[in-house]
Formats: sequence, structure tokens, C-alpha cells
Amino acid sequence: MEPAQIYEYLKAVKDPEVPAINVVELGVVRDVKCADEGVEIDITPTYTGCPAMKIMEADIRAELTRQGIANITIRTVMFPPWTTDDMSESTRAKLKAVGIAPPEKVREEDLDPLNFQEKKVPCPMCDSANTRLTSQFGSTACKALYYCDACLQPFEHFKCI
Amino acid sequence: MSETFDKQTRADLFDYLLRLGDDRLILGHRLSEWCGHGPMLEEDIALSNISLDCIGQAISLLKLAGEVEGEGRSEDDLAYFREAIDFRNLMLLEQPNGDFGYTIMRQFLFDVYSFYLYEALQESTFQPLAEIAVKSLKEVRYHLRHSSQWVLRLGDGTEESRQRIQQALDNQWRYVEEMFVLDDIEERLIVENIAADASALQEKWREMVEKIIHQATLQIPGDNIYKTQGSRQGKHSEHLGYLLSEMQILSRSYPDAQW
Repeated sequence: MEPAQIYEYLKAVKDPEVPAINVVELGVVRDVKCADEGVEIDITPTYTGCPAMKIMEADIRAELTRQGIANITIRTVMFPPWTTDDMSESTRAKLKAVGIAPPEKVREEDLDPLNFQEKKVPCPMCDSANTRLTSQFGSTACKALYYCDACLQPFEHFKCI
Repeated sequence: MSETFDKQTRADLFDYLLRLGDDRLILGHRLSEWCGHGPMLEEDIALSNISLDCIGQAISLLKLAGEVEGEGRSEDDLAYFREAIDFRNLMLLEQPNGDFGYTIMRQFLFDVYSFYLYEALQESTFQPLAEIAVKSLKEVRYHLRHSSQWVLRLGDGTEESRQRIQQALDNQWRYVEEMFVLDDIEERLIVENIAADASALQEKWREMVEKIIHQATLQIPGDNIYKTQGSRQGKHSEHLGYLLSEMQILSRSYPDAQW
């Protein structure tokens, strides 16, 4: 068994909270090692308290078991920390397609906790720049709430960390 | 990992990790009490999100504490099967939520502290702790942005909101000194570059707190007041016991329950 094959299998495991993308695209799969005894997978949490991590772990285990892999070890690693900067362009496009504004690259000023400048996030539905932040915290740890004043729709933005 | 530490350092580090973990566990629990009771939907969601982050950080820190202790205790064992006197959290964090302003002010005072503490802990020579700090700092930036914006809005808001948030600051000022007091345990760990020197963070903490408080048109309370002490050694207010009885009852009634 090759790690590349395992990565292929893992692409069938969706992010339970954002099912438009899979766990590999989300960037939580950090390493895959294959040995005669079994498979070792390192995953990293998006947020330390994200309740979906346990589900992802169970789903990974279930999918690999379904593929006939017997001995599966899943470890949680903290470093390097998960970042939305690693998300590929095609993954960002998938988020936008389901109405979630994709994350931009983390900027220097995002690191200043007292920087209250609102980031301009284009609406994923109508592409208008006429949007505003309603809350830094949304339905999941990884998303913020925005409102589009052009198409009058609320939408979510994948936070950049 | 803990085999490389001598007995004293291991005991010190265990205690230190409890301090870090218990702060976030107890605050996370208090914030979770807002779930379904927030003043508006967005804030209900925000406080629940912040609660989750705090509990997530607590899980990482208490898990590590259990590994360092080497007695086979998990993060759940440490959260659910210790008595109040064994908890090492700041007294500030176990206080009842009060009104929204009280909760926000507590969060702000703690977020500034947590921000500088994690920043310093990124340099810890104890790698697993440094890694948790790097990760958690990303979350605390969001918390601090949220709490400081609310302090500004409530302080520079209506007459009533201003009066309430000022009251919240005055009432909680007695608890903040404890963040920066070192005891032998922390001093020994600072020498080893494992712990962050909290006493060295006080000036920066005060600077950021004053900046926001003044911008919010509020007054920093005078320092000639009673200040609490001893919560890092397990001397708590009566409120912690009530909090723990609610937090721990399920695990204690049904040990090893799974769901």
C-alpha cells in the first residue's frame, strides 16, 4: 500500500460541516505512513475545540476499513498549526460554489488583535463588494458571518487563520 | 517525553499545565452557560464559539498535564474527578457571569493576558507546550478582537451600558493581580525556560488594557483596593464548588459513560 493510494481513499471523506470539500482539501491530513503492519495517519485540528474533528477521525477510520485496511492509527498533531493559506485555488472555488466566501491569504495586519479594520469580502453569490461583517463567529468555528447589501443575502466567510 | 524531567520539574510542570488548562476549562464552562441566553443571536453564537475554543485549548493542556504526570490520568479524569481545592484556575474566571457587560469585561481582561502569555509560551523549551501556544494564539486573536470591540461599544455607548461596564471593571479589578504573581513553582520553571514569566507581561498587559479602557471613555480603577490571592494554590471562592458540581455531575454519577 502506498501513501498516495491512501490519500485517494481519504478524498472520499467529506468535511462533516462543509461537505463541499473533503478532509484532504481542508488540509487536516498532515502525513500518511504505510507499513506492513498497517497505516498511520496524522491529522491536525482546524480549531482546538472543533467538534467535527472526532467525526472526521471516525469517518477516516470507517472509509479505510471499507477499503479493506485493517490496522489504522490516527494521531492528532498540533504543529505546524492548520492554516487556510494552504488551501488550493480549486478548493477555494468549491467553497464559493456553495455560497461560502473562501479565505484570503493571512495578511500582516490580521495578526494585530486590535486591528478593527473590516476586511472587504466579496459576496460569493453576486460578487458585489458591498458587504459587511455581522459577526466574527458563525455556525462553525471556522466561519464568520457577513451580509451582502447588494443582493440582500447573508453569507458565511471562511476565516483566515 | 516526561522521562527527561527530574521529579521536581515534572511535579512543577504538571501543576503549571493545570493552571493553564484550568483557566480555559473554567472560563469555557462559564461561557457555555450563555448558550441559549445571549442578548442576541450573533452573540449567543460568538460566546459559544469562544467557549468551544477555550475548552479545546483546555483539552490539549490537560491531556499534556496527564502525560507529564505519568499516572495514566486523561484530560477527562483531570476535568471531572478533581475537587475544587485541586483546581488551579484564576479566581476571576470562576465568578458567575453577571450581565453581558460583566462577562465581556472578564473576557477582555483575560484575553489580553492570554494573548501575551501564549506569545511568550511559543518560545517554551518544552516543545509540546510551545506547539499548543502557537495554535491557540491564532484563536485568542479573534477572542481579543471580539471582547475589546464590545468594551469600546458598551463603554462609549449609552449611559446605562457605560455605567454597567464600568461597574464590571471596578468589580473585577481585585482579581487581575493574580495573573502576574509568581510562586516557587513558576520561578523554577522560568529558570528552565519552560514557563513564561507572567510578571514580565504585566506592563504590556496594562498598556493594552489602558488603551482600550481609555478609548472606551472608562476609568481604570485605583490600585488601593483589596486584591485576591491564592487561587493558583487552590484557594478559591465559593463559586467554583457550585460550578464543578454542575460540570462534574454526569461523569461522577456515571463513571466511564460514553456517548
